[in-house]
Amino acid sequence: MRSLLYVLTFMTVIGAAFWAYHENYKTQAALGEAQAVRADLRDARARLAVLKAEWAYLNRPDRLRDLAEVNFERLGLMPFEPDQFGRVDQIAYPQPPELPITDPVEVSSAGAGEQEP
Amino acid sequence: MIRTPLRPLARILDARRKGENPDAIERENLRIRHEQMRDKARSRAEGRLLVMAVMFFCAFGVIGARMGTLAASEAEEPRAQATGASIIASRADIVDRQGRILATNMETFSLYAHPQQMIDPIKAARELVAIFPELDEDRLRKDFTGKRKFMWVRKKLSPEQKQRVHDIGEPGLLFGPREMRLYPNGALAAHILGGASFGREGVHSAEVIGTAGIEKFFDDALRDPAREGAPLELSLDLTIQAATERVLQGGMSLMNAKGAASVLMDVHTGEVIAIASLPDFDPNDRPRPLTQGEAADSPLFNRAVQGVYELGSTFKVFASAQALELGLVNPETVIDTSGPLKVGGFRIGEFQNKNYGPLSVSDIIVKSSNRGTGRLALAIGAQRQQEFLKGLGFFEPTPLEIVEAKGGQPLLPQRWTDLSSVTISYGHGLSSSPLHLAAGYAAIANGGYRVEPTLLRQNGPRLGSRLMSERTARQSLDMLRKVVTEGTASFGEVPGYSVGGKTGTADKPKARGGGYYDDKVINTFASVFPTHDPKYVLIVTLDEPVETSGTKPRRTAGWTAVPVAAEMIRRVAPLLGLRPEVETRHLTGIINTSN
Repeated sequence: MRSLLYVLTFMTVIGAAFWAYHENYKTQAALGEAQAVRADLRDARARLAVLKAEWAYLNRPDRLRDLAEVNFERLGLMPFEPDQFGRVDQIAYPQPPELPITDPVEVSSAGAGEQEP
Repeated sequence: MIRTPLRPLARILDARRKGENPDAIERENLRIRHEQMRDKARSRAEGRLLVMAVMFFCAFGVIGARMGTLAASEAEEPRAQATGASIIASRADIVDRQGRILATNMETFSLYAHPQQMIDPIKAARELVAIFPELDEDRLRKDFTGKRKFMWVRKKLSPEQKQRVHDIGEPGLLFGPREMRLYPNGALAAHILGGASFGREGVHSAEVIGTAGIEKFFDDALRDPAREGAPLELSLDLTIQAATERVLQGGMSLMNAKGAASVLMDVHTGEVIAIASLPDFDPNDRPRPLTQGEAADSPLFNRAVQGVYELGSTFKVFASAQALELGLVNPETVIDTSGPLKVGGFRIGEFQNKNYGPLSVSDIIVKSSNRGTGRLALAIGAQRQQEFLKGLGFFEPTPLEIVEAKGGQPLLPQRWTDLSSVTISYGHGLSSSPLHLAAGYAAIANGGYRVEPTLLRQNGPRLGSRLMSERTARQSLDMLRKVVTEGTASFGEVPGYSVGGKTGTADKPKARGGGYYDDKVINTFASVFPTHDPKYVLIVTLDEPVETSGTKPRRTAGWTAVPVAAEMIRRVAPLLGLRPEVETRHLTGIINTSN
């Protein structure tokens, strides 16, 4: 009986040790992953900052104004004027969609006899 | 274990035979046994002490070794962190009211040298000068071959420059990572942003510190890691700022002015939407302050905030508003403005020595009569006038969030005599910045509440104490509207936006005292729009303008500042989302005659 208890205890210790090591390895792996993600985040943040700065630099009002002037013949962009405001009631209602058949052919023979061919 | 008997029979019998005391043998044996027991206990105790000593030694050894490794190793963040949010150490961005970037950071590199590691210092110096022409080759050669062990070569490098330095192949030239402040919009809102430079510098990093403007005012807040990179939101609007600067630049060159300033402010919240001062500069490459001459001639000088000027007739509306508020007059009260008016021995004259005769209070503002407002000021009295102007904020620097704002201390007369009272009523004798004037006009425009200008985005109205009644404010607004429709600011009419405002033309005082220049003026137009429901005030100030399209040069605000302000309103009002109110005629022809 006692020896059985010893064997069981020993097995339990082995099992617990196995579980503990297993958890430890999992934790290490998760930490490594988290670190990699954090490094990615840092890189992404740095890239985002550069892209934002570049976006702001490319969209600076001076440059946009010059581009609008250079491409005036193509785009015809002018500064926003007060008379460009519209009102909702100045906009026409959309035309009802046209029927799929635009060139109907009479197919009914009803009343055909009354007409001269 | 074999115990030795205390009374061994053989020895006892032997002793008895010899007539000795056998008890002595027992005592002797007992003594020997006790000694043995004592020795054994001692050796066991010694053994235990040794074990304890070893354990303590090991424990302290482990702690000591750990402390040693911790002290000797590089600091490192713990890998397992509960929050996961890493600290963002860089300086926070500055954005406009719609989140568009006004200032941000960029990663770059600095270049430094370790001359003792150099292989060919002469060649290195030559090649560096080829890349950076502003460096001095002789000086570099002297530094590289001298006793110095470390020296900075350049603080910022572009990626191309870095590659070219790399290509020199000199191991004694090293790069350090740097974070640099970038203002992507160039000179836009330069006076507000100010600029930044490096503080304490190391090889691995350098502190970025604000040197002027809002960068310096909020330096600690921008550098605070607890912000976690949250940007500083300003009340400025990038598009509107760009449009005002463009119009102001055009107006300044058309009117041959040497400087110009404009302030566009929300009358309810005090938010400054656009504020410009020309000439300006590029904050990416901030020029050095002037060491001689007048500070106002430097492009660093912010005319809208730091510049205190006598703003002329724009002040008249404050005198009339106070007279209305005190119940001394109503807009239709007629006041005799004919001369002479002598106060303290000085004659008060009108523009071009005109004589307007009896005028209503409303017409005094419309025609801009000095003697008319002077009489109002005398009726109000110096004491009450001071209190009113103090309430409007003309006695202390504006609380704008840039370091330069403290420099905009208004110049007040040392003794507030009746003469001061009269001259201040038409804007001479009290110097203030255009921003002060904007805050003063905002109080009229928002229905009589004090409002303090701010550069930070607000969520709702920030009205202060009441300075005048709703009625007074309304009547004053009507007068301002009339100045545009039938008075001195007729060029200020912008169809659909119901502009109201007051012109001001003030002679420039001579720098070293002794009166005023004859041909140098400060022209100001203070406007409010739309007057039926005021939302914004716009102040435009031109420094020494002259309009030369006519036969004689014109230097009145109606010819210079007003057209510039009108063009500005025409450009900016649609961007502000203000719909023009077009007075449409009723359709004729279709009349409901009967049901």
